[in-house]
Amino acid sequence: MLQIKNLTKIYDGGVKALDNVSFDVPDRQFLAVIGLSGSGKSTLLRCINRLIEPTSGQILWNGEDITKASPEEMRRIRRKIGMVFQHFNLVHRSKVLTNVLAGRLGYINPAWSLINRFPKEDIQKALQKLERVGIADKANHRADELSGGQQQRVGIARALMQDPEMILADEPVASLDPVLAHSIMKHLEDINDKDGVTVLCSLHFLDLVHRYADRVVALNAGKLVFEGLPKEIDDQKFKDIYGRDAERVG
Amino acid sequence: MNNKKQASPWKSIQLGLAILIGLFVFAYGFQVTKVDLEDLRSERRQESLVRVIRALARPDLFEYDQETEIVNAPVYVTCPASGSPTIPEPDKSGPYLVVTPACANAGEIVHVEGFNFAPNTTGPLRFIPGGDPTNIVELGRDNVETDASGHFAFDFTLPKRPSEEVQFIRATLRKNVGTPHFTRSAFDTWGKIVETVFLALLATVFGTFLAIPLSFIAARNLMKPVKSPLASIALSVLGWPIGIVLGYLIVRWVEKLSTPFAENIPVNIISVILVPILIWFGLRWALPQEETSKPSTSLQLARFGTLFVILLLGFYSLFQLASLSKNLGLLGARSLGSLAFLGNFFFQLGDIVSIITPALGGLAAGGALSSFMGRIGQRLSERNSPETVKLFNILFAVLAGAVTFGLIGQLVEWLYQIGNPIYTLWGPILIGALLGLIIAVVTKARDTLPIGMIIYFITRTFLNGLRSIEALVMAIVFVIAVGIGPFAGVMALGLHTIVSLAKLYSEQVESIMAGPLEAIQATGANRLQTIIYAVVPQIIPPYISYTMYRWDINVRMSTIIGFVGGGGIGFLLQQNINLLNYRAASVQMLAIAIVVASMDYISSVLREKYV
Repeated sequence: MLQIKNLTKIYDGGVKALDNVSFDVPDRQFLAVIGLSGSGKSTLLRCINRLIEPTSGQILWNGEDITKASPEEMRRIRRKIGMVFQHFNLVHRSKVLTNVLAGRLGYINPAWSLINRFPKEDIQKALQKLERVGIADKANHRADELSGGQQQRVGIARALMQDPEMILADEPVASLDPVLAHSIMKHLEDINDKDGVTVLCSLHFLDLVHRYADRVVALNAGKLVFEGLPKEIDDQKFKDIYGRDAERVG
Repeated sequence: MNNKKQASPWKSIQLGLAILIGLFVFAYGFQVTKVDLEDLRSERRQESLVRVIRALARPDLFEYDQETEIVNAPVYVTCPASGSPTIPEPDKSGPYLVVTPACANAGEIVHVEGFNFAPNTTGPLRFIPGGDPTNIVELGRDNVETDASGHFAFDFTLPKRPSEEVQFIRATLRKNVGTPHFTRSAFDTWGKIVETVFLALLATVFGTFLAIPLSFIAARNLMKPVKSPLASIALSVLGWPIGIVLGYLIVRWVEKLSTPFAENIPVNIISVILVPILIWFGLRWALPQEETSKPSTSLQLARFGTLFVILLLGFYSLFQLASLSKNLGLLGARSLGSLAFLGNFFFQLGDIVSIITPALGGLAAGGALSSFMGRIGQRLSERNSPETVKLFNILFAVLAGAVTFGLIGQLVEWLYQIGNPIYTLWGPILIGALLGLIIAVVTKARDTLPIGMIIYFITRTFLNGLRSIEALVMAIVFVIAVGIGPFAGVMALGLHTIVSLAKLYSEQVESIMAGPLEAIQATGANRLQTIIYAVVPQIIPPYISYTMYRWDINVRMSTIIGFVGGGGIGFLLQQNINLLNYRAASVQMLAIAIVVASMDYISSVLREKYV
């Protein structure tokens, strides 16, 4: 169970990216986060694994307050939270396999990382994960030789290596075409169903929300403006979320 | 429109003033740099300029073996009173000279013809004073050249050397024989240019290795997120000097244990092979690769103890490795003949290892203790009430300030020999303690301080300061420290390479893509792992290209580092310029140009291949 309580983030310039946001995410839920660009979706997801330090508020995960965790505790928490990014964020010059293995870094003793050693089981596991996302044949290619859809699958395999209990997906399909978008979303759905991983996924397209999400939260200018089931988003709610002049596409 | 017209006179005045100021600046510049072409017009200058340029255009690279034909012909300056002298018929089987007339007054012209010489050769035609045809004194600067049939004719002006005796005119015609071969200066230049290239190579390699870690702590994007509570910072500051001293002492103790077996090669070999295997298994046990649950305290203690023993064993085997390398090197130097330099290499390598190991031990222990105590500080400020933390903060900050300033005071004492402990010991300690107290009182108990940025600024200042000292100046210091020769040059160029590469590298680190960094951090990787897996792969191409560029600079720098005794080709070049031996200097310049140009080419090819 993830509980967000009165979360506020004010950036150095005074911009209020999150304004007193509170909601709960039960385990095994597929939660979509929607809102305009700049409404605070990315900030919200990054506050949960503290890539961004929240200004105030609490994030309780299974009862433990993430905002108060020490660096050592943070390492333990982060390795249980996988993250998938809009721009994939792979290390371009490294091999696909190395990129996937990087998901184990939270478990590996840093001393062994110095000489770039991973246990044999991890390498086996990495190959399995690549197989699961359907690109086992690319394991020894350089990451930047892959197409966008393939790169995002590597990103998902990296998150899977963490044996995550939760995955934060920050607009995972915004850089991909509709066909690829569905294939990536299906992988996330599969992980959510089969592995029982909680997924928090920010999305732009409402048809994807309707198709994949169990529940939706919507942000507008840092404020929580909607919380409920996807089918509850009618035209009125849509205008509340996206503004008076917005029109529905797709 | 109207507005523009009104503004234009003022603009014209401004422009006029700017031109005037520019004129003034340039006029003063001419005065200061003594621009004066008067000298260039003088004939003497022009002559020497032409001579030097011509010499430079003909580098003293090749020469031929020469065969000379020397022929003397008798001549009387002032005809003898007895009338026209009788001249013996020359031997016409070889080359011979005919002088007509055979006697004349000083200053008069005689016609000299040569026959049967080698065709197309040149050489001086000179007057030999005194009655001895083997006399080495020669007068005159005339040159003659034979035609295709080996004949020449020349109108020779007799010098003012009247004598009763017979004197001689000598033709010395030189002929190139065989194939051309390299001159002495070519060989000297070759030796020195090899020295230069290796000097630059060593300096670049050493510099690069030390610049890489420095570049990470001089990169703003890596250092900015580094923040720690005050207690943690103060304790890690205290950890450094204590750790360095302890580590140094412990390693010296290990060295003492290792000395009895130093000369024994079998023991060396066994230690160098067996101990690392032991260390490997120890490490596998004490540092488990992955750990999902927290180990018990007793297990942690056992691991800690094992790591300590492993560290001691590691230093023992390092010393053994040094001894082995030295022993084998000595053996090799004695028995390898022309490959003796390999033996010497291993001996020197062993020597370097044995010298830097205690320093390494000190630094390693300093770093380890510092990070360990930093962690204790972190825990203390996490687990205690704000009041207790404040108390800890005050206590540790005062101690850390006192120790740091006391040490700085001692450094000042060592440098300037003030000899008054109030200024160099107790004063600084008091100031440091006060500063620590102020910081501890001002900061809130649990606040984290941006220690990363502080280290960043200190490193940057240090790098910029050292970088502003030219390698040539550093070379002067190192010449005093290690003596004249290429080693001083290696040290000076190496130090300069460290500081300038560290700055260039750190700028590359600052410009990497933030995305992968974020992704690796999100997996739970700690700072070291983030650097290795997200930063290093991104910076390899620019690092390679900067290292190449630096090697290029070092080659060029090493050509002049010899001017101050730093070894390399510069010494030879300076010597030849001072001796006005421009044709030899030209060889050295040519060698420098070739090396620099080919470096440029090689580095561009390599960059294309690997970047």
